[in-house]
Parts: sequence; structure tokens; C-alpha cells
Amino acid sequence: MDFLILNNGFPYLSVLIFLPLAGALALLFLPGDNTARWGALIVTCVTAIISLNLYSGFDPTTAKYQFGEHNAWFPALNICYTLGIDGISLLLVLLTTLLMPLCVLGSWKYIEKRVREFMICLLIMESSMLGVFMALDFVLFYILWEAMLIPMYLLIAIWGGPRKTYASIKFFLYTLAGSVMLLVAIIALYLKTGSFSIPNMMGKAYSVDFQYWVFLAFFLAFAIKVPMFPFHTWLPAAHVEAPTAGSVVLASVLLKMGTYGFLRFCLPITPVATYMFMPYILWLSVIGILYGGFTALAQQDMKKLVAYSSVGHMGFVTLGIFVLNKQGIEGAILQMINHGITTGALFLCVGMIYERTHSRELSKATGIGKYMPIYVTFLTFFSLSSLAFPGTNSFVGEFLILVGGFAKSIPVAACAIPGAVLAAAYMFRMLQKVVWGSERNPDQAWLKSMDLSVREIIILAPLLLFVLWIGLAPTPFLDVMHTSVTHLVAQVNVACLDSVRVVQVMGH
Amino acid sequence: MKLALFAPELFLLMGSLVLFFLTIGKDKARQSRNAVIGIALINVLVCLFSFRAEGNLFYDAYRVDLFSQIFKLMISGGFLAVLLLGRQLKGVSEDVRPEYYLFMLLSTLGLVFLVSSVELLSIFIALELSSFSLYLLVPMRDDRHGLRYQMESAIKYILFGVVATGVMLFGMSYLFGLTGTTYLNQLLPKLHAIATQPAAMIGIAMVMGGFFFKLAVFPFHFWVPDVYEGASNETTAFIASVPKLGAVALLIRVTMLVAPQGQAVVALLTILAVCSMFYGNLIALVQKDIKRMLGFSGIAHAGFVLLGLVTLKDTGYAASMFYIIGYLVMIIACFVVICTVSKEGENVTIDDLSGLHKRAPLLALTLGVSMFALAGIPPFVGFMGKFILLTGALREGHLALVILAALNTAIAIYYYLSVVRITFCADPENRPLVKVDMLTGIVSVVLMVIIIAMGVAPAGIIDLATSAVSAIL
Repeated sequence: MDFLILNNGFPYLSVLIFLPLAGALALLFLPGDNTARWGALIVTCVTAIISLNLYSGFDPTTAKYQFGEHNAWFPALNICYTLGIDGISLLLVLLTTLLMPLCVLGSWKYIEKRVREFMICLLIMESSMLGVFMALDFVLFYILWEAMLIPMYLLIAIWGGPRKTYASIKFFLYTLAGSVMLLVAIIALYLKTGSFSIPNMMGKAYSVDFQYWVFLAFFLAFAIKVPMFPFHTWLPAAHVEAPTAGSVVLASVLLKMGTYGFLRFCLPITPVATYMFMPYILWLSVIGILYGGFTALAQQDMKKLVAYSSVGHMGFVTLGIFVLNKQGIEGAILQMINHGITTGALFLCVGMIYERTHSRELSKATGIGKYMPIYVTFLTFFSLSSLAFPGTNSFVGEFLILVGGFAKSIPVAACAIPGAVLAAAYMFRMLQKVVWGSERNPDQAWLKSMDLSVREIIILAPLLLFVLWIGLAPTPFLDVMHTSVTHLVAQVNVACLDSVRVVQVMGH
Repeated sequence: MKLALFAPELFLLMGSLVLFFLTIGKDKARQSRNAVIGIALINVLVCLFSFRAEGNLFYDAYRVDLFSQIFKLMISGGFLAVLLLGRQLKGVSEDVRPEYYLFMLLSTLGLVFLVSSVELLSIFIALELSSFSLYLLVPMRDDRHGLRYQMESAIKYILFGVVATGVMLFGMSYLFGLTGTTYLNQLLPKLHAIATQPAAMIGIAMVMGGFFFKLAVFPFHFWVPDVYEGASNETTAFIASVPKLGAVALLIRVTMLVAPQGQAVVALLTILAVCSMFYGNLIALVQKDIKRMLGFSGIAHAGFVLLGLVTLKDTGYAASMFYIIGYLVMIIACFVVICTVSKEGENVTIDDLSGLHKRAPLLALTLGVSMFALAGIPPFVGFMGKFILLTGALREGHLALVILAALNTAIAIYYYLSVVRITFCADPENRPLVKVDMLTGIVSVVLMVIIIAMGVAPAGIIDLATSAVSAIL
């Protein structure tokens, strides 16, 4: 247990997991739509406030897992209830807890039918998402990873758009099919190490063949979740049909689980295989960046545009992870957070337009800048952030990733650069249309009195704050991850050097 | 102390006598229902009372131990649950209800005998007692449309059943011929000594056939869809759940006869497991009638149960036990919904469940939970059972089997998900509200709690099952 710093005081992590769940249970027995709204808001806010303690109590000088909790759960198979966070997961946990109140607020008016069930689903989602980032036991991780499918499926299937059936089943099938092999890999690892403890599985000298297969099983599960090209086809469907809060949760948190999986499992558990597969994954990432960019450029549906831009942005994240150096990985983690903030905000923006015009078509939303100045101000900042304009959060992330990329391989990084240009192209295209449009704009004057309400400003303002904060002063965010990332890079390098040495020795 | 050994059996025997007298009278449908529910309820308590009993009876042909007592408790619990969910017995006409209850009780009694039998002839007799009573339940369905569909089902059931029994008896004759004994505990060392002889393996495999029929393992599954569809909903609820416990109990006992070097039987079990899973899941994909769908899904689940047997290890057997107990709870939860939604005992198609969330929210939740549980999605018992089975099988090196089983999870999710979608997302159109009385509500909540509790805290039951299995020998 030397990897875990046990927390003997207030069990922050357990409380964070179980508070939303308890809230969901309570809502089950409380009638009334407004009770459900306020109840969910209070629960998510309390969770967010409690989670802030994690940041203040976090010790950035150690790579060990902090706020640890460790209890026996199922001794016959050596399954434990182990929780802990390190520099990699801390920011993701905070991202989740801080976004959830905004999701609840964002659905305040958008969701009109079956409000209570909707809020219950959101709260269960929050519990399982937080658990995924905190779990240090593979079975616990897997249970939460899969359990999350149920509320997410219901969010899309019940409150979704016209093609919700298709989108929700596709989402469920894709992600489930991806993770069944993950389960086999988990069991195989358990049989090698004798426990399901994730840190225990790291840094073990598995045979290269074994690492290959485990890596492939991991890769399939996580690449579908990210989603990486060519596993991305569920994403646009799910995003377009999901209600706003569903899209936000999906884009901001769910996708991060895939990249988090790469960082937490692929790199430290199967370093040699990671090293071997690295070139292919880097090129897949580059394809994803360019493909996402080009496809986004062609979209008429704003939600689809943002969805495809996600494919591109997540391509940057996987690129950063698999260059396997400190800048790249730090950039990737920061970019995960940035994408969560920016894309979440963009989906909220699209949702706000949809609530007014009941359309997500770009052509219907042209030229509203004149009538909704506050709205387009927010939209402009988030779009600039999405295309990584200097001074916004994504710039820092993408810059770090590209620095790491150039250090690893100049061709790969050079090919990713056009992705950044494409991002500018599709975002400016959208901005130009929404803000100014052309002389053939539809009459938008009726929107004049319908600029953002106070509630909507409250939703978007904190996100804008973080966009600028990370963009101008990223140090507090990067500082917490330095030690963990250094440790991770060392883990990978040591294992790879060892295996190279073995090969050399055998060669002589 | 001897009384505790035989208490559940004696009690059920007396209960069947009471029911027998009720069948003689006229218009006793109500009384017999109350009587049988009372008997089933007390029987659960009796089983609890004799839970820790241990000993041999009837010249050692009948063994009472933790293993058998766990199964007896589960069989009694399942029996009670089926009676409660089918309280109105919509699918069976009033005049035959006393007989219906009598035969259901006798079938349960047969199963209770079965799980304690450790001698081939006792096993045979107990199995037949439970089977023949079941065969009679199927044609008792009310023949409203004059199609006599239930007769066809009953004929199919009995014919396939008799063939399976014949196969089993044939296998028993081999075992007896090879060893000169019918007692399992004496068979075991003798069979292990001649483990590699083909005759021994064929004998064991054929004996298994009789229980494969009950459990609906490929290729003994042919009766399943028609019987599930043709029998009344309440009968199907019973056939789909309780007898499978007995089958698994005996399969575990018979599999123990396989020596570690008897890889041919293991290979056979592996092939049957894979065939069952693929066959059941692929055909379930296209079903419209929910009972038929559950029948095919049951075939797939039977394949999963075999995953525990192929390990030839105590932990594997315990995993199979855990899985089948979980399956019992999940399938009964499904049938609570089916029997309540069905208005006059007619079959329920998947479309009939449209918009159930509006018509009966609690039932919709129950169905959703049991569907996700059957699909093996955590945190429900279906996942935990599957996980323990896969872990055990992989530990013994059955990598291909484990991968194929995992793939089947992905296939199966589609049809379970369709039911969930219809239940929660479809519009009820003009379908009427479903009345859920207090007791049905309580039963479904209890079942849901068990499904979740077994899923998140399996340790207690697994430990109990492991110690039960290791104490068999």
C-alpha cells in the first residue's frame, strides 16, 4: 500500500461518490418537477463545494495517490474498495464536480417532461463518473465504467431528439462492445498479479506478447470512448440527439474517460506495448485531427459541428499522450480539461439557441449578433478558445502538445498543424454566420428581447472565467500534475529501456 | 435432531396432502390458493430452520448438507415468489386451480428431494417426480381461443423430457456397469480411477443430458420456446426459474465425478456452453414475444452456468451456484412484470410493454433493472455472476471460452436494450394503465433490492457457496 496515502479524516472521495447517489435516491421519493430541479442543483453544488477541498488539500510534491481510502470488499477474489487521486485525476474530478451544477442549470427550462427522472439520471451519472476517476481497484473501475452506460443511455433515449433510438442504441452497443474485452484483460491481469489493485499492476515485467494483447483490449475500449478515428461514428449521432446536458456530460467528461484510461492503464501497465504501438496511434490521432476538422467545416448543424470538432480536439489529446514525454502528456491533460470547459460551453450555447429557435441549423441562426449581443460575446470567446487562440485555455494545451510532438517526431507534429488551422476555419465560419451572416439573413428581430437571461449568464460566466484563467495563468493547473506526470513518464521509460536491454542482451 | 434433517420434505409432503384433499372438493380455488401460499411461506421458514442441518438418511442415499440446504431454501423462496406473482392465476381456469397448485407443490417437492439425492436411482425418482408434475402444469392453461396451443407445448415438453430421461438412464446404466455401485460417493473414486476410459466419459456426459434438458442447454433446448410460449405466464415463471436450481445442483454433483484428467468431458461442456450462448443470444435477437425471448436468453444463460463447471474446481461450482441464484431472482423479477401486465393471462409481446413507465412506473423500473441485470451490466447481480464465472474459467486457462462468452454479452445487450427502450421511451398509445397491488409492489421492490445487493456485495453468498461445495465430498 505504499502507493496510497490513506486519508484518515473526512472521507472526501467516498462522500463525493455517494452524495449524488443519495441525492438521486432522495429524488426518487420526492414528487414535483421544481423539487427535482432544486434538489439536483443543491446536491451538485454541495458536491462541487466539497470537491474544492481536494484542490486545497492536494500535495503536488508526491506522485502517490492521495485522499486514499482502502477497504476490503470481496476478499475471495481480492477485490477492494480503493479510492485515491493523483495529479492526473485531480483536475478531472474537479472538472466533473464543477460542471454538474451548470448542467443542471442548463436543463432548467430545456427539460420539460419527466424532470425528476432526468435529474436522477444526471446525479447517477455524476456518481459513476467521479468514481471512474477515483477508483484504484480495477473491478470498482469497471463497474462504474459500465454502470454509467445506463443513465447515459436513458438520457439520450428518453430526452433526445428525433433519432434518439438509433443514437442511443448505437452509443450503448459501441461502448459495451468495446469494453467486454477490457473485462477479459482485467481478469488476465488479475491472474498475473493476484489482485485487482491498479497501482499494483503497474511496472510489472509482463511478457511482451501478454502486453500486446492487454494493450489491444485496453485500446479498443478507450479508443471507442475517446473516440479515436475510426471508432468515432457513434459520437456525432449521440451528440446531436442528446439533450444539452447530455451533450455536455458526454463531451466534457465521458470522452475524457477514454484518454484517462490511456494515461492510467495503457501507459503504466503495458509500457512496452505502448511504445511499440505508439507510431500507429500517433498517426491515427493526426488522421482524427484532420478528419474532424474537415468534417466540421462541412456541417450545417451547429451541434454536429461542435461534435466533429471534438473528434479533432480529442485527436490532439491522444497525440499528446502518445508522444510519451512530459510536455505532451501535461498538455494532453490540460487539453482534456480545456476541451471539457470549451466544448461544454459551446454545447450549452447551441442549446440556448435551440431553446429559442428550436433549430440547430446554422442557416436559421444567422445574423443574431445584432439582437443578442451578450450571447454572441460569450459564443465568440468560446469559439476562440476552441480554435486555440492565444490567451485562451486551449492555446496553452495545444502548444504544449505540439512542443511535445515536435520533440518526438517532426513529421507527425507538422501534419497536426493544419488541424489547428482547420479549427480556425470552421469556428470562424460558424462565428461569421451567427454573428453577422449576410444580407440574406432571416428576420431575427423577434430575438431582440430574448438575449441571455440571468440564469444563462450564470451558467456561462464561470466557464468563461476558466477559459481566460487557464489561458493567461495556467501555472496553478499545471503545477498539480508535474510530479505525477514525471512519475508516469519515468515508469514508461524505465520499462521500455529494460525491455530494450533485454532484447540487446538476447541479441548478443 | 433427525426431524430437522427431513423437515422441509416432510412439511411439503403434508402440504401436498392438504392440497390433495382440497382438490376433491368443489370450488376450492380460493382456499387452495391461500393454503398453498401459506404452505410455501412456512416452508421457507422451515428451510431456514433446517439450514444448518447435516446428515445422511435412507441408507446414505439422501444427504442433507449445506449445499442441499442452500438449494432447498432457494427453491422454496422461488416457489413462494412464483406463487405470489401469479396470485391471480389469470391463465388457468378456476376448476383446475386446486390441482394446479397441487402439482406445482409436488414439482417443488421433487426438486427438494433432488438436490439432496446422492444415489442414482433416488436422483432419477426425484427428477421424475418434479418433471411429471411440471408436464401436467403446461396443458392446464385456459383454452380461450380453442387453439389448443398449450396441448402442443405439453406434448413437446413431455416427449423431449422423456427422451432426455432415457439418455440419462442409459448413462446411469454405463456408470453402474463400470463401477457396480449407484452411490455417488462410491462412484467418485472408482470413476476417477478409470477416468480416461471413453465409456466412463460417455456415461457421465449422458447422465448430464437429463439435467441439460432441465437447464435448457443446447442441444437439449428444443422444448424451450414452445413451452415458454404455450404455458400460462405463471407456469412459465415456474419452469423458467425453480427447476433450473435443481438442475444446476445435480450438474455440480455429476461434474464432480469427472476426474481432472477427463478433458474430453470438459471439452464437451465447453462446446455446449459456446453453442448455448451463441444460439440463445442470436435467436433471442429477433423474438417478438417476451416469453420466447426470455426462453432463448435462458438458453444463453444456461451456457454461462457451464462456465463454472468446466473449471472442475470448487470455486467454479460456487460461481455457478451464485449465478443460478442470481438468475432465479432476475427472471422472477421479469415475470412479476409479465404476469401483472398480462390482463387476462394472455401472452405479452414486447410491444405490449410500450410506455410502461407511464402505465406502471414501479413495474417499468423492475423490468429495467432485471433487463440490465440479465444483460450483465453492473452494478447488478448479472454482472457480478458473469465476472466471477469468467475469472474462474480464465484461471483454468479457458481463454477462448472466456472471450466468446464476453462477446456474447455484447450480442445479448441489443435485445435486452430493446425491451428497456420500449418500456421507457415508447409512447403508451391507447394501452391501459396497469394496476399494481401492494403485494406485487413489495415483491418487485424486494427482488430489485436483492438484484442490487447481490451485485455489489457478493462476498457473503460466494463464501457460503464455496464452503457448501467443498463440503459435498
